Amino acid sequence: MNLEPVIKAERLTKRFGEVTAVDDVSFSARRGEILGLLGPNGAGKTTTIQLLLGLTAPTSGRIRIFGLELAKHRREILQRVNFSSAYISLPFNLSVRENLDVFGRLYGVRDRRRRISELLDLFEIPEVIRTVTGKLSSGQVTRVNLCKAFLNDPEVLFLDEPTASLDPDIAEKVRNALKRVQRERGVTMIYTSHNMREIELVCDRVIFLMHGRVVAEGTPREILERADSESLEKVFITIARGGRIED
Amino acid sequence: MWGRVGALLLRYLYLYRRSLARSMEIFFWPVMDLLVWGFVSVYFQRVGAPRAVLFLLGGLIFWDVFYRSQQAITLSLTEEIWVRNLLNVFIAPVRIGEVVLATCLLGLIRALLSTAVLGILALVLYQFDLLLLGPALLPYFASLLLFGWAVGMCTMAVILRFGHAAEALIWGTPFLLQPISAVFYPLAVLPSWLRGIALLFPSTHVFEGMRATLATGRPAFGPLVPAFALNVLYLAAAGAFFGWMMGRVREKGYLARLAME
Repeated sequence: MNLEPVIKAERLTKRFGEVTAVDDVSFSARRGEILGLLGPNGAGKTTTIQLLLGLTAPTSGRIRIFGLELAKHRREILQRVNFSSAYISLPFNLSVRENLDVFGRLYGVRDRRRRISELLDLFEIPEVIRTVTGKLSSGQVTRVNLCKAFLNDPEVLFLDEPTASLDPDIAEKVRNALKRVQRERGVTMIYTSHNMREIELVCDRVIFLMHGRVVAEGTPREILERADSESLEKVFITIARGGRIED
Repeated sequence: MWGRVGALLLRYLYLYRRSLARSMEIFFWPVMDLLVWGFVSVYFQRVGAPRAVLFLLGGLIFWDVFYRSQQAITLSLTEEIWVRNLLNVFIAPVRIGEVVLATCLLGLIRALLSTAVLGILALVLYQFDLLLLGPALLPYFASLLLFGWAVGMCTMAVILRFGHAAEALIWGTPFLLQPISAVFYPLAVLPSWLRGIALLFPSTHVFEGMRATLATGRPAFGPLVPAFALNVLYLAAAGAFFGWMMGRVREKGYLARLAME
Protein backbone atom coordinates (compact mmCIF):
# COMPACT_ATOMS: atom_id res chain seq x y z
CA MET A 1 0.00 0.00 0.00
CA ASN A 2 1.32 3.44 -0.97
CA LEU A 3 1.76 5.50 2.22
CA GLU A 4 1.48 8.91 0.61
CA PRO A 5 -1.75 10.66 1.75
CA VAL A 6 -4.28 11.13 -1.01
CA ILE A 7 -6.52 13.20 1.26
CA LYS A 8 -5.09 15.54 3.84
CA ALA A 9 -7.37 17.67 6.04
CA GLU A 10 -5.57 20.11 8.30
CA ARG A 11 -7.18 21.88 11.25
CA LEU A 12 -10.56 21.91 9.53
CA THR A 13 -13.21 24.02 11.23
CA LYS A 14 -16.72 24.83 10.06
CA ARG A 15 -19.02 27.11 11.98
CA PHE A 16 -22.65 27.83 11.12
CA GLY A 17 -23.33 30.95 13.16
CA GLU A 18 -22.97 29.93 16.80
CA VAL A 19 -22.78 26.22 16.03
CA THR A 20 -19.41 24.60 15.39
CA ALA A 21 -20.15 21.57 13.22
CA VAL A 22 -16.50 20.63 12.62
CA ASP A 23 -13.94 21.70 15.18
CA ASP A 24 -10.22 21.69 14.39
CA VAL A 25 -10.28 18.30 12.67
CA SER A 26 -7.13 16.92 11.05
CA PHE A 27 -6.72 13.57 9.35
CA SER A 28 -5.36 11.97 6.23
CA ALA A 29 -6.16 8.97 4.06
CA ARG A 30 -3.66 6.98 2.03
CA ARG A 31 -4.07 5.52 -1.43
CA GLY A 32 -6.15 2.36 -1.36
CA GLU A 33 -7.29 2.90 2.22
CA ILE A 34 -10.90 2.69 3.40
CA LEU A 35 -11.30 5.24 6.16
CA GLY A 36 -14.44 5.06 8.28
CA LEU A 37 -15.91 8.31 9.53
CA LEU A 38 -18.00 7.43 12.57
CA GLY A 39 -20.04 9.21 15.15
CA PRO A 40 -23.59 9.77 16.32
CA ASN A 41 -26.04 11.98 14.42
CA GLY A 42 -24.83 15.58 14.47
CA ALA A 43 -21.21 14.58 15.17
CA GLY A 44 -20.00 16.34 12.01
CA LYS A 45 -19.56 13.42 9.58
CA THR A 46 -21.79 14.78 6.82
CA THR A 47 -20.36 18.29 7.15
CA THR A 48 -16.85 16.85 6.92
CA ILE A 49 -17.75 15.04 3.70
CA GLN A 50 -19.36 18.20 2.34
CA LEU A 51 -16.15 20.08 3.11
CA LEU A 52 -14.08 17.39 1.39
CA LEU A 53 -16.29 17.66 -1.71
CA GLY A 54 -16.09 21.45 -1.75
CA LEU A 55 -19.87 21.78 -1.32
CA THR A 56 -19.32 23.89 1.76
CA ALA A 57 -16.41 26.22 2.36
CA PRO A 58 -14.49 25.71 5.61
CA THR A 59 -14.39 28.54 8.13
CA SER A 60 -10.70 27.75 8.56
CA GLY A 61 -8.29 24.98 7.74
CA ARG A 62 -7.00 23.39 4.58
CA ILE A 63 -7.90 20.41 2.42
CA ARG A 64 -5.49 18.84 -0.04
CA ILE A 65 -6.55 15.99 -2.31
CA PHE A 66 -3.98 14.39 -4.68
CA GLY A 67 -1.60 17.04 -3.32
CA LEU A 68 -3.83 19.80 -4.74
CA GLU A 69 -5.51 22.55 -2.75
CA LEU A 70 -9.28 21.84 -2.93
CA ALA A 71 -10.20 25.52 -2.77
CA LYS A 72 -8.17 26.23 -5.92
CA HIS A 73 -8.44 22.98 -7.91
CA ARG A 74 -11.97 21.80 -7.13
CA ARG A 75 -12.98 20.83 -10.68
CA GLU A 76 -9.69 19.06 -11.37
CA ILE A 77 -10.11 17.08 -8.15
CA LEU A 78 -13.80 16.32 -8.74
CA GLN A 79 -12.89 14.77 -12.09
CA ARG A 80 -11.02 12.08 -10.12
CA VAL A 81 -13.42 11.54 -7.21
CA ASN A 82 -17.06 10.53 -6.79
CA PHE A 83 -19.76 10.27 -4.18
CA SER A 84 -22.71 8.09 -3.31
CA SER A 85 -25.15 8.61 -0.49
CA ALA A 86 -28.28 6.89 0.70
CA TYR A 87 -29.79 10.39 0.97
CA ILE A 88 -29.50 11.45 -2.65
CA SER A 89 -30.68 9.72 -5.80
CA LEU A 90 -30.64 9.82 -9.55
CA PRO A 91 -33.64 11.31 -11.39
CA PHE A 92 -36.42 8.78 -10.99
CA ASN A 93 -38.11 9.59 -14.28
CA LEU A 94 -35.11 8.67 -16.43
CA SER A 95 -34.11 5.11 -17.26
CA VAL A 96 -30.99 3.65 -15.67
CA ARG A 97 -29.17 3.80 -19.02
CA GLU A 98 -30.15 7.46 -19.54
CA ASN A 99 -29.03 8.44 -16.03
CA LEU A 100 -25.69 6.67 -16.28
CA ASP A 101 -25.17 7.98 -19.81
CA VAL A 102 -25.74 11.59 -18.68
CA PHE A 103 -23.27 11.26 -15.79
CA GLY A 104 -20.83 9.39 -17.99
CA ARG A 105 -20.86 12.36 -20.34
CA LEU A 106 -20.47 14.82 -17.44
CA TYR A 107 -17.33 12.97 -16.33
CA GLY A 108 -16.08 12.61 -19.90
CA VAL A 109 -16.16 8.79 -19.78
CA ARG A 110 -15.12 7.15 -23.04
CA ASP A 111 -16.91 4.04 -24.30
CA ARG A 112 -19.81 4.69 -21.93
CA ARG A 113 -21.88 1.76 -23.16
CA ARG A 114 -19.16 -0.74 -22.18
CA ARG A 115 -18.44 1.02 -18.87
CA ILE A 116 -22.13 1.11 -17.88
CA SER A 117 -22.49 -2.57 -18.74
CA GLU A 118 -19.37 -3.49 -16.68
CA LEU A 119 -20.63 -1.63 -13.63
CA LEU A 120 -24.13 -3.06 -13.78
CA ASP A 121 -22.47 -6.51 -13.93
CA LEU A 122 -20.18 -5.66 -10.98
CA PHE A 123 -23.19 -4.80 -8.83
CA GLU A 124 -25.20 -7.69 -10.25
CA ILE A 125 -28.06 -5.70 -11.78
CA PRO A 126 -27.54 -5.93 -15.57
CA GLU A 127 -31.27 -6.52 -16.10
CA VAL A 128 -32.27 -3.00 -14.99
CA ILE A 129 -30.52 -1.08 -17.75
CA ARG A 130 -33.71 -0.11 -19.58
CA THR A 131 -35.87 0.24 -16.45
CA VAL A 132 -37.06 3.66 -15.35
CA THR A 133 -35.15 4.45 -12.13
CA GLY A 134 -38.35 5.22 -10.20
CA LYS A 135 -39.55 1.65 -10.75
CA LEU A 136 -36.51 0.02 -9.12
CA SER A 137 -36.47 -1.47 -5.63
CA SER A 138 -34.55 0.52 -3.02
CA GLY A 139 -31.73 -2.02 -3.14
CA GLN A 140 -31.47 -1.66 -6.91
CA VAL A 141 -31.54 2.16 -6.61
CA THR A 142 -28.63 2.05 -4.15
CA ARG A 143 -26.64 -0.16 -6.51
CA VAL A 144 -27.41 2.09 -9.50
CA ASN A 145 -26.18 5.03 -7.39
CA LEU A 146 -22.98 3.09 -6.77
CA CYS A 147 -22.65 2.45 -10.51
CA LYS A 148 -22.86 6.21 -11.02
CA ALA A 149 -20.20 6.68 -8.33
CA PHE A 150 -17.83 4.31 -10.16
CA LEU A 151 -18.48 5.65 -13.68
CA ASN A 152 -15.36 7.83 -13.83
CA ASP A 153 -13.14 5.14 -12.31
CA PRO A 154 -12.54 7.39 -9.27
CA GLU A 155 -9.34 7.38 -7.24
CA VAL A 156 -11.25 8.66 -4.21
CA LEU A 157 -14.79 7.67 -3.35
CA PHE A 158 -17.00 9.18 -0.65
CA LEU A 159 -19.65 6.73 0.51
CA ASP A 160 -22.29 8.02 2.88
CA GLU A 161 -24.12 5.00 4.35
CA PRO A 162 -23.94 3.09 1.05
CA THR A 163 -25.70 -0.01 2.36
CA ALA A 164 -28.37 1.75 4.44
CA SER A 165 -31.34 0.47 2.43
CA LEU A 166 -30.00 -2.98 1.52
CA ASP A 167 -30.95 -6.39 2.87
CA PRO A 168 -28.05 -8.37 4.44
CA ASP A 169 -27.50 -10.47 1.32
CA ILE A 170 -27.24 -7.52 -1.07
CA ALA A 171 -25.31 -5.48 1.52
CA GLU A 172 -22.68 -8.21 1.65
CA LYS A 173 -22.47 -8.34 -2.14
CA VAL A 174 -21.99 -4.56 -2.24
CA ARG A 175 -19.28 -4.71 0.46
CA ASN A 176 -17.50 -7.44 -1.48
CA ALA A 177 -17.70 -5.40 -4.69
CA LEU A 178 -16.28 -2.36 -2.88
CA LYS A 179 -13.43 -4.39 -1.36
CA ARG A 180 -12.69 -5.90 -4.75
CA VAL A 181 -12.46 -2.47 -6.38
CA GLN A 182 -10.29 -1.24 -3.52
CA ARG A 183 -7.95 -4.20 -3.97
CA GLU A 184 -7.79 -4.10 -7.76
CA ARG A 185 -7.82 -0.34 -8.38
CA GLY A 186 -6.36 1.05 -5.14
CA VAL A 187 -9.35 3.35 -4.63
CA THR A 188 -9.32 5.42 -1.43
CA MET A 189 -12.72 5.45 0.24
CA ILE A 190 -14.18 7.63 2.95
CA TYR A 191 -16.98 5.55 4.41
CA THR A 192 -19.74 6.45 6.83
CA SER A 193 -22.18 3.98 8.30
CA HIS A 194 -24.11 3.40 11.48
CA ASN A 195 -23.59 -0.33 11.05
CA MET A 196 -20.50 -0.95 13.23
CA ARG A 197 -20.18 -4.58 12.17
CA GLU A 198 -19.92 -3.39 8.59
CA ILE A 199 -17.29 -0.83 9.57
CA GLU A 200 -15.21 -3.57 11.19
CA LEU A 201 -15.49 -5.65 8.02
CA VAL A 202 -14.79 -2.89 5.50
CA CYS A 203 -12.62 -0.17 7.02
CA ASP A 204 -8.84 -0.24 7.35
CA ARG A 205 -8.92 2.67 9.77
CA VAL A 206 -11.63 4.66 11.54
CA ILE A 207 -12.07 8.13 12.98
CA PHE A 208 -14.66 8.74 15.67
CA LEU A 209 -16.18 12.21 15.69
CA MET A 210 -18.14 13.72 18.55
CA HIS A 211 -19.39 17.32 18.66
CA GLY A 212 -17.29 18.02 15.57
CA ARG A 213 -14.01 16.85 17.13
CA VAL A 214 -11.91 13.73 16.58
CA VAL A 215 -12.17 11.68 19.77
CA ALA A 216 -10.54 8.43 18.60
CA GLU A 217 -8.56 7.29 15.60
CA GLY A 218 -6.92 4.02 14.56
CA THR A 219 -7.54 0.64 12.99
CA PRO A 220 -10.69 -1.10 14.26
CA ARG A 221 -8.45 -3.53 16.16
CA GLU A 222 -6.45 -0.71 17.81
CA ILE A 223 -9.66 1.07 18.83
CA LEU A 224 -11.07 -2.14 20.32
CA GLU A 225 -7.85 -2.78 22.27
CA ARG A 226 -7.69 0.77 23.58
CA ALA A 227 -11.33 0.70 24.59
CA ASP A 228 -10.97 -2.79 25.99
CA SER A 229 -14.14 -3.72 24.12
CA GLU A 230 -15.17 -6.61 21.93
CA SER A 231 -17.15 -4.59 19.39
CA LEU A 232 -17.09 -1.19 17.74
CA GLU A 233 -20.78 -0.92 18.48
CA LYS A 234 -20.03 -0.80 22.21
CA VAL A 235 -17.27 1.75 21.60
CA PHE A 236 -19.72 3.81 19.56
CA ILE A 237 -22.30 3.75 22.36
CA THR A 238 -19.65 4.68 24.95
CA ILE A 239 -18.53 7.66 22.88
CA ALA A 240 -22.08 8.74 21.97
CA ARG A 241 -22.96 8.80 25.69
CA GLY A 242 -20.03 11.07 26.47
CA GLY A 243 -17.56 8.38 27.55
CA ARG A 244 -13.88 8.35 26.57
CA ILE A 245 -11.52 5.67 25.41
CA GLU A 246 -7.89 5.57 26.50
CA ASP A 247 -5.17 6.77 24.10
CA MET B 1 -17.03 22.50 -21.76
CA TRP B 2 -19.57 21.83 -24.55
CA GLY B 3 -19.53 18.12 -23.73
CA ARG B 4 -20.69 18.85 -20.18
CA VAL B 5 -23.23 21.47 -21.32
CA GLY B 6 -24.52 18.92 -23.86
CA ALA B 7 -24.76 16.25 -21.16
CA LEU B 8 -26.85 18.51 -18.92
CA LEU B 9 -29.04 19.56 -21.82
CA LEU B 10 -29.54 15.89 -22.70
CA ARG B 11 -30.56 15.19 -19.09
CA TYR B 12 -33.29 17.87 -19.33
CA LEU B 13 -34.43 16.70 -22.76
CA TYR B 14 -34.69 13.11 -21.49
CA LEU B 15 -36.92 14.49 -18.76
CA TYR B 16 -39.26 16.12 -21.29
CA ARG B 17 -39.46 12.85 -23.16
CA ARG B 18 -40.32 10.94 -20.00
CA SER B 19 -42.52 13.45 -18.15
CA LEU B 20 -45.99 14.31 -19.36
CA ALA B 21 -46.17 17.24 -16.93
CA ARG B 22 -43.00 18.76 -18.40
CA SER B 23 -44.11 18.24 -22.02
CA MET B 24 -47.41 19.92 -21.18
CA GLU B 25 -45.48 23.04 -20.21
CA ILE B 26 -44.32 23.40 -23.80
CA PHE B 27 -47.50 22.43 -25.61
CA PHE B 28 -50.66 22.09 -23.54
CA TRP B 29 -50.71 25.22 -21.35
CA PRO B 30 -49.56 27.66 -24.06
CA VAL B 31 -52.16 26.24 -26.47
CA MET B 32 -54.91 26.59 -23.84
CA ASP B 33 -53.85 30.22 -23.29
CA LEU B 34 -53.92 30.80 -27.01
CA LEU B 35 -57.43 29.38 -27.33
CA VAL B 36 -58.82 31.52 -24.50
CA TRP B 37 -57.14 34.73 -25.63
CA GLY B 38 -57.87 33.94 -29.25
CA PHE B 39 -61.60 33.72 -28.66
CA VAL B 40 -61.53 36.80 -26.42
CA SER B 41 -59.82 38.77 -29.17
CA VAL B 42 -62.28 37.50 -31.81
CA TYR B 43 -65.07 38.76 -29.56
CA PHE B 44 -63.35 42.17 -29.16
CA GLN B 45 -62.95 42.35 -32.91
CA ARG B 46 -66.70 41.78 -33.39
CA VAL B 47 -67.62 44.53 -30.93
CA GLY B 48 -65.44 47.05 -32.69
CA ALA B 49 -61.80 46.59 -31.74
CA PRO B 50 -60.29 45.45 -35.06
CA ARG B 51 -56.72 45.17 -33.85
CA ALA B 52 -57.57 43.07 -30.82
CA VAL B 53 -56.48 39.82 -32.49
CA LEU B 54 -53.17 41.34 -33.51
CA PHE B 55 -52.30 42.87 -30.16
CA LEU B 56 -53.63 40.23 -27.82
CA LEU B 57 -52.30 37.21 -29.70
CA GLY B 58 -49.00 38.94 -30.48
CA GLY B 59 -48.67 39.80 -26.78
CA LEU B 60 -49.58 36.29 -25.71
CA ILE B 61 -47.11 34.54 -28.03
CA PHE B 62 -44.27 36.86 -27.12
CA TRP B 63 -45.04 36.73 -23.41
CA ASP B 64 -44.70 32.98 -23.68
CA VAL B 65 -41.12 33.39 -24.99
CA PHE B 66 -40.16 35.25 -21.81
CA TYR B 67 -42.10 32.86 -19.58
CA ARG B 68 -40.65 29.63 -21.09
CA SER B 69 -37.14 31.02 -21.01
CA GLN B 70 -37.40 31.99 -17.32
CA GLN B 71 -39.07 28.70 -16.42
CA ALA B 72 -36.41 26.60 -18.17
CA ILE B 73 -33.74 27.87 -15.79
CA THR B 74 -35.78 27.82 -12.61
CA LEU B 75 -37.69 24.58 -13.14
CA SER B 76 -34.66 22.62 -14.37
CA LEU B 77 -32.64 23.32 -11.24
CA THR B 78 -35.64 23.02 -8.94
CA GLU B 79 -36.38 19.65 -10.52
CA GLU B 80 -32.89 18.54 -9.39
CA ILE B 81 -33.84 19.53 -5.84
CA TRP B 82 -37.18 17.72 -6.03
CA VAL B 83 -35.62 14.46 -7.26
CA ARG B 84 -32.62 14.80 -4.88
CA ASN B 85 -30.15 14.89 -7.75
CA LEU B 86 -28.71 18.34 -7.03
CA LEU B 87 -25.62 17.04 -5.21
CA ASN B 88 -24.85 14.57 -8.00
CA VAL B 89 -24.69 17.54 -10.38
CA PHE B 90 -22.73 19.81 -8.06
CA ILE B 91 -20.09 17.19 -7.20
CA ALA B 92 -19.52 16.45 -10.89
CA PRO B 93 -16.66 18.41 -12.47
CA VAL B 94 -19.08 20.99 -13.84
CA ARG B 95 -18.79 24.76 -13.61
CA ILE B 96 -21.89 26.52 -12.31
CA GLY B 97 -21.76 28.61 -15.50
CA GLU B 98 -22.08 25.42 -17.55
CA VAL B 99 -25.19 24.40 -15.59
CA VAL B 100 -26.72 27.83 -16.21
CA LEU B 101 -25.74 27.76 -19.89
CA ALA B 102 -27.41 24.35 -20.35
CA THR B 103 -30.64 25.63 -18.81
CA CYS B 104 -30.46 28.77 -20.98
CA LEU B 105 -30.15 26.60 -24.10
CA LEU B 106 -33.08 24.55 -22.87
CA GLY B 107 -35.01 27.83 -22.56
CA LEU B 108 -34.16 28.61 -26.18
CA ILE B 109 -35.41 25.19 -27.33
CA ARG B 110 -38.60 25.48 -25.26
CA ALA B 111 -39.31 29.01 -26.50
CA LEU B 112 -38.67 28.05 -30.15
CA LEU B 113 -40.95 25.02 -29.96
CA SER B 114 -43.67 26.85 -28.12
CA THR B 115 -43.55 29.88 -30.47
CA ALA B 116 -43.66 27.63 -33.53
CA VAL B 117 -46.71 25.73 -32.26
CA LEU B 118 -48.53 28.89 -31.14
CA GLY B 119 -47.62 30.72 -34.35
CA ILE B 120 -49.05 27.94 -36.52
CA LEU B 121 -52.21 27.60 -34.43
CA ALA B 122 -52.77 31.37 -34.36
CA LEU B 123 -52.53 31.43 -38.16
CA VAL B 124 -54.87 28.48 -38.64
CA LEU B 125 -57.47 29.38 -36.00
CA TYR B 126 -57.44 33.19 -35.96
CA GLN B 127 -55.65 34.18 -39.19
CA PHE B 128 -52.98 35.93 -37.14
CA ASP B 129 -49.65 35.74 -38.96
CA LEU B 130 -46.70 36.18 -36.61
CA LEU B 131 -44.52 36.80 -39.67
CA LEU B 132 -46.26 40.17 -40.03
CA LEU B 133 -43.55 41.37 -37.67
CA GLY B 134 -41.08 40.82 -40.49
CA PRO B 135 -37.39 41.33 -39.70
CA ALA B 136 -38.26 42.58 -36.17
CA LEU B 137 -39.54 39.15 -35.19
CA LEU B 138 -36.16 37.63 -34.36
CA PRO B 139 -34.74 40.53 -32.33
CA TYR B 140 -37.99 40.79 -30.35
CA PHE B 141 -37.82 37.06 -29.66
CA ALA B 142 -34.14 37.30 -28.68
CA SER B 143 -34.73 40.25 -26.39
CA LEU B 144 -37.48 38.48 -24.44
CA LEU B 145 -35.40 35.29 -24.31
CA LEU B 146 -32.45 37.21 -22.80
CA PHE B 147 -34.69 38.94 -20.26
CA GLY B 148 -36.16 35.54 -19.32
CA TRP B 149 -32.64 34.21 -18.72
CA ALA B 150 -31.77 37.17 -16.49
CA VAL B 151 -34.96 36.87 -14.42
CA GLY B 152 -34.54 33.06 -14.30
CA MET B 153 -30.99 33.35 -12.93
CA CYS B 154 -32.08 35.78 -10.20
CA THR B 155 -35.06 33.61 -9.24
CA MET B 156 -32.92 30.48 -9.12
CA ALA B 157 -30.29 32.16 -6.98
CA VAL B 158 -32.98 33.09 -4.44
CA ILE B 159 -34.35 29.52 -4.46
CA LEU B 160 -30.89 28.03 -3.86
CA ARG B 161 -30.45 30.40 -0.94
CA PHE B 162 -33.91 30.20 0.65
CA GLY B 163 -34.96 26.71 -0.45
CA HIS B 164 -38.47 25.37 -0.85
CA ALA B 165 -39.99 28.45 0.79
CA ALA B 166 -39.00 30.49 -2.27
CA GLU B 167 -40.29 28.08 -4.92
CA ALA B 168 -43.46 30.12 -5.46
CA LEU B 169 -41.20 32.68 -7.18
CA ILE B 170 -40.81 30.31 -10.14
CA TRP B 171 -44.37 31.10 -11.21
CA GLY B 172 -44.85 34.33 -9.27
CA THR B 173 -42.02 36.43 -10.69
CA PRO B 174 -43.22 36.44 -14.33
CA PHE B 175 -46.72 37.41 -13.24
CA LEU B 176 -45.32 40.22 -11.12
CA LEU B 177 -43.66 41.59 -14.26
CA GLN B 178 -46.56 40.97 -16.64
CA PRO B 179 -48.83 43.93 -15.72
CA ILE B 180 -45.88 46.35 -15.66
CA SER B 181 -44.52 45.14 -18.99
CA ALA B 182 -47.66 46.30 -20.85
CA VAL B 183 -48.01 42.94 -22.56
CA PHE B 184 -51.65 43.22 -23.65
CA TYR B 185 -52.18 47.03 -23.61
CA PRO B 186 -50.18 50.12 -24.50
CA LEU B 187 -47.80 51.65 -21.99
CA ALA B 188 -50.00 54.78 -22.04
CA VAL B 189 -52.70 52.84 -20.16
CA LEU B 190 -50.50 52.60 -17.07
CA PRO B 191 -50.59 55.40 -14.47
CA SER B 192 -47.82 57.91 -15.13
CA TRP B 193 -45.79 56.97 -12.01
CA LEU B 194 -45.75 53.32 -13.15
CA ARG B 195 -44.68 54.13 -16.70
CA GLY B 196 -41.21 55.18 -15.58
CA ILE B 197 -40.79 51.86 -13.77
CA ALA B 198 -42.18 49.92 -16.75
CA LEU B 199 -39.57 51.44 -19.04
CA LEU B 200 -36.84 49.91 -16.87
CA PHE B 201 -37.81 46.48 -18.23
CA PRO B 202 -36.73 45.29 -21.71
CA SER B 203 -40.07 43.50 -22.09
CA THR B 204 -41.99 46.82 -22.07
CA HIS B 205 -39.94 48.13 -25.00
CA VAL B 206 -40.44 44.89 -26.94
CA PHE B 207 -44.23 44.89 -26.49
CA GLU B 208 -44.47 48.57 -27.40
CA GLY B 209 -42.38 47.86 -30.49
CA MET B 210 -44.49 44.83 -31.37
CA ARG B 211 -47.70 46.86 -31.26
CA ALA B 212 -46.15 49.67 -33.33
CA THR B 213 -44.99 47.16 -35.94
CA LEU B 214 -48.35 45.40 -36.12
CA ALA B 215 -50.23 48.74 -36.28
CA THR B 216 -48.13 50.32 -39.04
CA GLY B 217 -46.87 47.26 -40.88
CA ARG B 218 -43.34 48.71 -40.65
CA PRO B 219 -40.81 47.05 -38.36
CA ALA B 220 -40.15 49.24 -35.32
CA PHE B 221 -36.48 48.77 -34.49
CA GLY B 222 -36.23 51.83 -32.24
CA PRO B 223 -37.48 50.12 -29.04
CA LEU B 224 -34.91 47.36 -29.52
CA VAL B 225 -32.06 49.72 -28.61
CA PRO B 226 -33.15 50.31 -24.99
CA ALA B 227 -34.38 46.70 -24.79
CA PHE B 228 -30.97 45.22 -25.67
CA ALA B 229 -29.09 47.79 -23.59
CA LEU B 230 -31.22 46.89 -20.57
CA ASN B 231 -30.76 43.18 -21.31
CA VAL B 232 -26.97 43.55 -21.22
CA LEU B 233 -27.30 45.32 -17.89
CA TYR B 234 -29.73 42.78 -16.42
CA LEU B 235 -27.76 39.77 -17.62
CA ALA B 236 -24.54 41.14 -16.14
CA ALA B 237 -26.31 41.94 -12.88
CA ALA B 238 -28.07 38.54 -12.80
CA GLY B 239 -24.78 36.70 -13.43
CA ALA B 240 -23.06 38.66 -10.66
CA PHE B 241 -26.00 38.12 -8.29
CA PHE B 242 -26.10 34.39 -9.04
CA GLY B 243 -22.34 34.07 -8.47
CA TRP B 244 -22.50 36.02 -5.21
CA MET B 245 -25.46 34.01 -3.98
CA MET B 246 -23.70 30.71 -4.83
CA GLY B 247 -20.74 31.88 -2.75
CA ARG B 248 -23.09 32.55 0.18
CA VAL B 249 -24.84 29.22 -0.35
CA ARG B 250 -21.47 27.37 -0.22
CA GLU B 251 -20.31 29.31 2.80
CA LYS B 252 -23.50 28.61 4.76
CA GLY B 253 -23.86 24.98 3.63
CA TYR B 254 -27.33 25.58 2.16
CA LEU B 255 -26.61 23.61 -1.00
CA ALA B 256 -26.07 20.29 0.75
CA ARG B 257 -28.92 20.94 3.16
CA LEU B 258 -31.31 21.70 0.31
CA ALA B 259 -30.13 18.71 -1.71
CA MET B 260 -30.48 16.20 1.12
CA GLU B 261 -33.69 17.45 2.76
